[in-house]
Amino acid sequence: MSNEEILHEKPLVVHESDHASHEHHKQSFISKYIFSQDHKMISRQFLVTGIIWAVIGGLFSVIFRLQLGFPDQTFPILEDLFGHWAQGGRLDPEFYYALVTMHGTILVFFVLTAGLSGTFSNYLIPLQIGARDMASPFLNMLSYWFFFAASIVMFSSLFLTTGPASGGWTIYPPLSALGDAMDGSKSGMDFWLASMALFIISTLLGGLNYITTILNMRTKGMFMTRLPLTIWAFLFTAILGVLTFPVLLSAVVLLLFDRHLGTSFYLSDIVINGKILPNQGGSPILFQHLFWFLGHPEVYIIALPAMGITSEVISTNSRKPIFGYMAMVGSFFAIAILSFLVWAHHMFVSGLNPFLGSFFVLFTLLIAVPSAIKVFNWLTTLWKGNIHFTPAMLFAIGFVSLFISGGLTGIWLGNSTLDLHLHDTYFVIAHFHLVMGVASMFGMFAGIYHWYPKMFGRFMNNTLSYMHFWTTFIGAYLIFWPMHYEGLAGMPRRYYDFSNWESFKMFAGLNTFISIVAMIVFAAQFLFIFNFFYSIYKGRKLTEKNKNPWAGTTMEWTTPIHPPHGNWIGEIPEVYRWPYDYGKDGRDYIPQTEPIGAEEKQH
Amino acid sequence: MNTFFLIAIIVLVFLVIFQISKASEYVSVLKGEEKSRKQNNKINAFLMIVFLILGLIGVWWCNDLFYHKTLLYVGSASSQGKMIDELMWITLIITGIVFFLTQILLFWFSFKYQESDKRKPLYFTHSNKLEIIWTGIPAITMTVLVVFGLKYWFKFTANAPKNAQVIEVTGHQFGWEFRYPGRDGILGRKNYKLVDPAKGNPLGVDWSDAASHDDIHVAATVHVVVNRPVKFVINSMDVIHDVGLPQFRMKMDAVPGTPTTEWFTPIYTTEEMKKRTGNPDFTYEIACDQMCGKGHFTMRGVIIVETQKEFNEWMIKQRPEYLRAKKFLANASADSTKTVAFVNQPAK
Repeated sequence: MSNEEILHEKPLVVHESDHASHEHHKQSFISKYIFSQDHKMISRQFLVTGIIWAVIGGLFSVIFRLQLGFPDQTFPILEDLFGHWAQGGRLDPEFYYALVTMHGTILVFFVLTAGLSGTFSNYLIPLQIGARDMASPFLNMLSYWFFFAASIVMFSSLFLTTGPASGGWTIYPPLSALGDAMDGSKSGMDFWLASMALFIISTLLGGLNYITTILNMRTKGMFMTRLPLTIWAFLFTAILGVLTFPVLLSAVVLLLFDRHLGTSFYLSDIVINGKILPNQGGSPILFQHLFWFLGHPEVYIIALPAMGITSEVISTNSRKPIFGYMAMVGSFFAIAILSFLVWAHHMFVSGLNPFLGSFFVLFTLLIAVPSAIKVFNWLTTLWKGNIHFTPAMLFAIGFVSLFISGGLTGIWLGNSTLDLHLHDTYFVIAHFHLVMGVASMFGMFAGIYHWYPKMFGRFMNNTLSYMHFWTTFIGAYLIFWPMHYEGLAGMPRRYYDFSNWESFKMFAGLNTFISIVAMIVFAAQFLFIFNFFYSIYKGRKLTEKNKNPWAGTTMEWTTPIHPPHGNWIGEIPEVYRWPYDYGKDGRDYIPQTEPIGAEEKQH
Repeated sequence: MNTFFLIAIIVLVFLVIFQISKASEYVSVLKGEEKSRKQNNKINAFLMIVFLILGLIGVWWCNDLFYHKTLLYVGSASSQGKMIDELMWITLIITGIVFFLTQILLFWFSFKYQESDKRKPLYFTHSNKLEIIWTGIPAITMTVLVVFGLKYWFKFTANAPKNAQVIEVTGHQFGWEFRYPGRDGILGRKNYKLVDPAKGNPLGVDWSDAASHDDIHVAATVHVVVNRPVKFVINSMDVIHDVGLPQFRMKMDAVPGTPTTEWFTPIYTTEEMKKRTGNPDFTYEIACDQMCGKGHFTMRGVIIVETQKEFNEWMIKQRPEYLRAKKFLANASADSTKTVAFVNQPAK
């Protein structure tokens, strides 16, 4: 773990190194574990914070699933836990909506953006491109601490008397702008907006750093075309984030103005609670444009890192080069560009000009093309491989399966004609949970299982990992697959109770089933969480012999088992080849750092 | 007490799992790690193919259980919805083929190419031919879907036919109001600042516009005529709502300050739908599909589709809203100083 340990393990190497840049000065607890500027420590901070948020966000979904699955029953324990929010053991509708809103916000922003991209961009960029750290370790540290501050603000909003924000994670005004419209739109919404502003700063600091690092700090020989696909994915993710998060900030600021300064950016002609408001001339649709200009690239901010990790893990464990490296990079690029041109497909029925809507149909369905290329390339990578089913590999294959299932329904929803029927139904819930929720979660799990030995110098328990995978994978399909049918019946999302609806009440039994599976899957995540924390201290240790446990070609495996701040002791190795020389010339793998042999054909 | 037992059982189950997992790790070290790794590999490869087979059976079973509960089973109740269903079937067939093809390949490859000492993995980095094929085919397919989709889209979003019955829909927390234009066929002007339920003007109709005097206002339930296009002019009084009509396959947001429209032609009366669905309680429901506050899930409206004759019988019984509001107007003009005061009175 510590630098001291490394000193004891391999004192010779350290003394041999005459580079002043990595003197192993003693670090205090605070500078090493808390205000650390080491990208590896920051990455672990993002990861652990993300895990904590994932548990909270997941728990919220279990609680609101109780209401959906068992609308007639009471659970006294809820009253013990939440007091007046669950009087008589039944969730208050206001609280139900608060849980739904927080579940979305937490999972989308805090877990799948900060937890996923924050963890792996930080961890892998310097290690895989051969840099000692990020371009600015200090900004990198700030990036985490802004995220931490955002977390604290969001977390404290849970304890407000009027509750946290509860107008849905998309916080459409006027609902979110008027305290009279809903309790959650009182101070809860201010906390939400403040937290999101801090979060946006964190993302920008991180993103600028990732881009600068990737462009400027690659080691000798690491041309852009020799970057592992993970790095390409992180690069595009960071670019998307830097270009779109500021737009969300503008939406947030204008909403704050409308809430507190009497402006009318989003408000017009409103009578609420018997009060006639003076605001006129604003447009709630403007907010939706601003929100989805971030909101749609955001789903690619979530999906691209998962795709990058999946590509890397599938290639490594098939013992075969990734198929169509340039096509993969090209499709990342295409997805990144197109993701800026599809935002209004969330707004087909919002009152948007239908003619304008038609362009968004076109671009949305076009984005299916690069996505299809990716899937076919992953399949071809598996073809004639020699597959090692490590836990990471299982999750990567799971990612591909979920991405196909969820991606194909995107073709339905992106077509405005079908969206007329399916918009805001459970079909949408099924679609985005499969394609970006669970799938990206799987990408994240694949990443954690794959790089855990590098991160902590120990292995996770395999049996627990396999159980974790199979329960989660089967559970995800059991939860979300039947939801398509509910959506095809027009069953709307964000309903607290369906029993008064002649058109939707026939799904009561199915809702109970889904809730039970959701609870089991949530419980199964503790297999992972226990495994993760237990193995940090008690897992089997890596030895010098198996310090590259998955026989990977990329540069991170050339560092010591516990890389010091600075990553390599002595010179940073030079790179001579692309990262996917698996199974070439009869050799299992050839590290990137190995020069091209005299007889060898360069890729 | 039950909760306590439940928690105790869950904790015990977890403890057992952890113990087994720890033990299995020791066993694998004893057996030789390489050997146990290969064993695990075989098990997982086998589970992959099991998952595929059970998954395909599950897909069929799920369809068997729930297909007849979807709206595709009875078909749409509007002529526009029929076209939407048609496109839905086209899309379903295309995405269905891709779904089965890719999922089967994924799990079949995973099983077939599991690690074996005999196999040398193929060093296969790219193939322009393959890549062109699977860029081209999706691109062409998507074009077909876009063309179909937009053809219908422009049809539905174009102006409603001239003979359409115009009805104004107003959403508010948490219910629906409807206004018919009356005999003159013109909806009277509205101004949200005139809203005053206590004075018989919950919608803020401007009575100085004579066209408003025969307008008919009904709450929660709207009557429309079968086989005649209906055009909803949609407003909202407070936050965004959405007029969701699942049986007609239509949806449109109600946006405060920005009127929107949606039109469709119902082709079955409510009575006919009761027979078609075999559900004697069948009703056409308007579901609010845009999160609008804590009563969102109760924001229900009803559409009664009936024959022209039934509609006329119903309509003749309705009285213009103006007649109810008139007496307040008389008072107001008698004491004009009070007309502004209602502005801040709370609604009931």
